[in-house]
Amino acid sequence: MSRETDGPAVVGILALQGDVREHAQVLTALGARVREVRAAADLDGLDGLVLPGGESSVIEKLARMLGVAAAVQAAVRGGLPVYGTCAGMILLADRIANPITGQGSFGGLDVTVARNAFGSQVRSFETELSVPQVSADPVHAVFIRAPAVLRVGEGVQVLASVPAARLEDPSLLPDGGFLASSGQVPVAVRQGSLLATSFHPEVTGDWSFHRWFLEWLVLPARGARLSR
Amino acid sequence: MTPSDISQNLNENQSTGKGQPATGTSRVKRGLADMLKGGVIMDVVTADQAKIAEDAGAVAVMALERVPADIRAQGGVARMSDPDLIDGIVEAVSIPVMAKARIGHFVEAQVLEALQVDYIDESEVLSPADYVNHIDKWDLQVPFVCGATNLGEALRRITEGAAMIRSKGEAGTGDVSEAVKHIRTIRGEIAKLSSLSKDELYVAAKELQAPYELVAEVAREGRLPVVLFTAGGVATPADAALMMQLGADGVFVGSGIFKSGNPEARAAAIVKATAQYQDAAAVAEASRGLGEAMVGINVADLPAPHRLADRGW
Repeated sequence: MSRETDGPAVVGILALQGDVREHAQVLTALGARVREVRAAADLDGLDGLVLPGGESSVIEKLARMLGVAAAVQAAVRGGLPVYGTCAGMILLADRIANPITGQGSFGGLDVTVARNAFGSQVRSFETELSVPQVSADPVHAVFIRAPAVLRVGEGVQVLASVPAARLEDPSLLPDGGFLASSGQVPVAVRQGSLLATSFHPEVTGDWSFHRWFLEWLVLPARGARLSR
Repeated sequence: MTPSDISQNLNENQSTGKGQPATGTSRVKRGLADMLKGGVIMDVVTADQAKIAEDAGAVAVMALERVPADIRAQGGVARMSDPDLIDGIVEAVSIPVMAKARIGHFVEAQVLEALQVDYIDESEVLSPADYVNHIDKWDLQVPFVCGATNLGEALRRITEGAAMIRSKGEAGTGDVSEAVKHIRTIRGEIAKLSSLSKDELYVAAKELQAPYELVAEVAREGRLPVVLFTAGGVATPADAALMMQLGADGVFVGSGIFKSGNPEARAAAIVKATAQYQDAAAVAEASRGLGEAMVGINVADLPAPHRLADRGW
C-alpha cells in the first residue's frame, strides 16, 4: 500500500442523492482527495467518509438497494471516521423517532433523532453557534428542514445546541433528564470517530467542522492505519 | 433583499445582524434546492398519491389539482390547488411539499406560504394571472422554483428571487423533446458565456435582458447560482437518465407517473435511473416490467396556443 503513505487523505462522499458537490468543494479546498461513493467497492481504502445533506429516506433506500448500506455499516463498525450533515446525521443515528414506512439507518451513533424537527421550510433558519471544541469563533450554521437530537447515549458528546423553543413541537423532547432541563436541543454531536451536525457547514463557507473532522478524526485514523 | 444584492448574497453573511437567527434568507431558500439534487420530484393530486411517491423514493412532491395531461385534456382555467387538498398532502408525507401558483399571482403565493408549503412553483402549467409581471419572489419567506426555456429567462427569474430553476419542457405531453431542447439551450448559453471576454459580457447582459452582475457571475462560475432541474415530458427511466446526462441537477416528473399503467413501479424505477444515470445496465434494469407508459402527445402536433412553455417571458 505504498501509494498511500504520502499524499492527501482520501475522503469518500456518499453520492446517491443530495449536496455532494458542496462537500466535495470544501474537502478539496482543505486538501483532501475526494472520491464519490456509489457502490460498496468505492469504500475500499478510504480515510474518512461524508454522508451529505439530502432526503434521508431516499438516500437510505438507494443505499440499501445498491448494497452500499451494509458496507457503510461495516466500515462504521471498523472505526472509519464518518461525518454526517442533516440527512447524514439521520443516517448515522441508531434511532429515528419519525421514519417513513420502512426507513432504517446505518446507525453507529447512540442517539435518537427527529427528522424535520424545526418545521416546514419557512421555519428553516441560519444562525451562529458557539462550538468551543471545534472553533474559537462562532460557527455560522444553516438549518434546512433540519433534524434534531432528542436523546443521547452515554458515550455521546454534545458539541452544540440551540434553544428547544425553535423546535416545531418542543414536547418532542423527553421529559426530565439533562436535555429537557437545559432548555436546549443538541444539533452537533460526536461519538468516537463519528461526527454529525443538523446543519450544513458545506453551504455556508464556514469550514470549521470539515477542518476539525479532517484534523481530529481522519488524519489520526489514517496515521494509525498506515503505521500498522 | 433587493435584486442588487443577488451576486453578493452567497458570499457573506446576509442574515440580520450577527448572531441573530434569520429565516427566509437566500442561503436558506437556495439551500433546500441543493438538498434535492440528484432526486425526483413527483406531481401528485391526492394524499394517497403523495404517499406512493414518498415510498417510491421521491425527494419532494408537487401538490396540484390536476396533472398537466388532464389540464391539457380538460381545458379551462387552471389555478392554485384547494387548501384542503394541500393540507391533506402536507399531512400525508414527511418529505418537502411544493405547490403551484399562477404566474404573477402573488396572492396565491401568499396563500401557499400561509399553508406552509416548502416551495412554490410559479408555473406556466397553470393559467397565467399576469401577462406582464412575475411574482416578486424576494417578498416571501418561502422559496420559489420557476421554469425557463433559455438562459435569459432563467436569469430574469433569479433576479426576481427564484431560488431554483427548472427547464420547462412541454408539460403533460410525455414527449421529452422540448425538455431536451431547453436544458441543452440553457447549458449551451452558459458555456458560451464562459468563453466571452470581460468586455463582451456587457453586450451579453443586454442580449440576455438580465443584470450584468448576475451574467458575470454565471460566466465566472460556469453554472447558474441556483440549482437547475428539468421538467416537462419525462415519462420513462431512460428519459430521466437522459436529462441527468445532459446536466440537470434533478428531475420533475408530472403526468408521467400517475398517468402510467403501474405508478408505484414506474416511480421507483425513475428514482433508481436518476440516481444511477451513468450506468446503462442499471437504467436497463430499472426499465423492465413497468407496464404501459403514459400515452403521450407529440409536441410537434400541438398547435402553438396550446404550448405551455410559451407562457412566461
